[in-house]
Amino acid sequence: MSNPPSSSPALRVDEQTVEEMRHHVRRYLIVGVALAIGTGLTVWASLFNFGSREINIVVALMIASCKGCLVAGFFMHLISERKMIYSVLAVTAFFFAALMYLTVSSMAHENLVHIR
Amino acid sequence: MEIPYAVKPRPDTGLYNAKVGIWLFLASEVMLFGALFCSYILLRVNAPEGLWPHHWLNIWLGMTNTIVLIFSSVTVVLAWASLKMGQFNRYKLYQGITLLCALTFLAIKSVEYRDKFIHYKVVLSDGRIADGHLQKAETTLPVSWRLQPVIVDGHLQGGGQTATNTGRLVLEGWWPNDEAALMNPPLGHETQRIEIPVKQIKFMENYGPWHNTYTAIYFTLTGLHALHVVAGAIVIFAIWGPLAKVWERDPERYINRVEVSGLFWHFVDLVWIFLFPVLYLL
Repeated sequence: MSNPPSSSPALRVDEQTVEEMRHHVRRYLIVGVALAIGTGLTVWASLFNFGSREINIVVALMIASCKGCLVAGFFMHLISERKMIYSVLAVTAFFFAALMYLTVSSMAHENLVHIR
Repeated sequence: MEIPYAVKPRPDTGLYNAKVGIWLFLASEVMLFGALFCSYILLRVNAPEGLWPHHWLNIWLGMTNTIVLIFSSVTVVLAWASLKMGQFNRYKLYQGITLLCALTFLAIKSVEYRDKFIHYKVVLSDGRIADGHLQKAETTLPVSWRLQPVIVDGHLQGGGQTATNTGRLVLEGWWPNDEAALMNPPLGHETQRIEIPVKQIKFMENYGPWHNTYTAIYFTLTGLHALHVVAGAIVIFAIWGPLAKVWERDPERYINRVEVSGLFWHFVDLVWIFLFPVLYLL
């Protein structure tokens, strides 16, 4: 199988696009390093005693959320996405929040229905 | 008839079809993993005091896998940027590295799974508990204990298709005092070679998904995630290899395909970012 040529004859790439992409590439590399540091930080925080297991859980989930925001924001380009994508995600966020609310509220003792 | 907006973005939304499609799909994936995370929360919160396991997984393997997936996310996005700059060879290199990362992730996951399948809890007739990794099983059981899940409830009897009374089991493990100690083994505890005559075994079970609710949710979440890694790697490979000719004919369509497969790959990375602390560290 022969490889296609390095640059496609049908693609026009102007200097501005190349410069813009180089800027993006630098940003992606910085985000990648930040994510690796965040991973190390997560492990360190899990081995450090913050006083209670609950605080350790909150710290770990906060670090994970920051890492998640970096991936979604920069790698998935959500910081500069179109309105329609935001609308889709807003609906998803609503139902996800509802799912979490139902889960957490089901664990509250006053809402438990005891069947004897 | 040509399907409109398959390559060029629709003027009013600024999006091409596949991009809307992948985001709608990812929205459904958020709900799928969200439901499983809720199951995890319910199982964990409702577990009896002191009976939720800790330190059952190798943190360093989990951390390595996290770094591997993050690195692969960087190479995916660099591959896309290379195509936008018209650098096809660089794209091939970056996506090749992505595929190697996917294989590395799956290889490490397989090592972790194997570790659980050869890890046994053995309850002896006198009530003592032995816990460790199976080294040797000198029995006449019809299946290999190393590869198959073995659940024994009651005394193993000699003859026929079952174990012989003279058989013995060899574990590299330790003797926890009780169930609570088994759930929270001290970090870096000493192990020893344990030989158990088969006739003394009352109950034994490996740490497969059937072992308890923790292993059930662990295998469900990581297994589903691993399937996503496999699916993502297949799609990236198809675009990288057999479908690479599209680059010559229709580069914009090709770049769109790489972008869409990349979005899926980043989502897989995103899910693992949450799975790692939840399953390995907390």
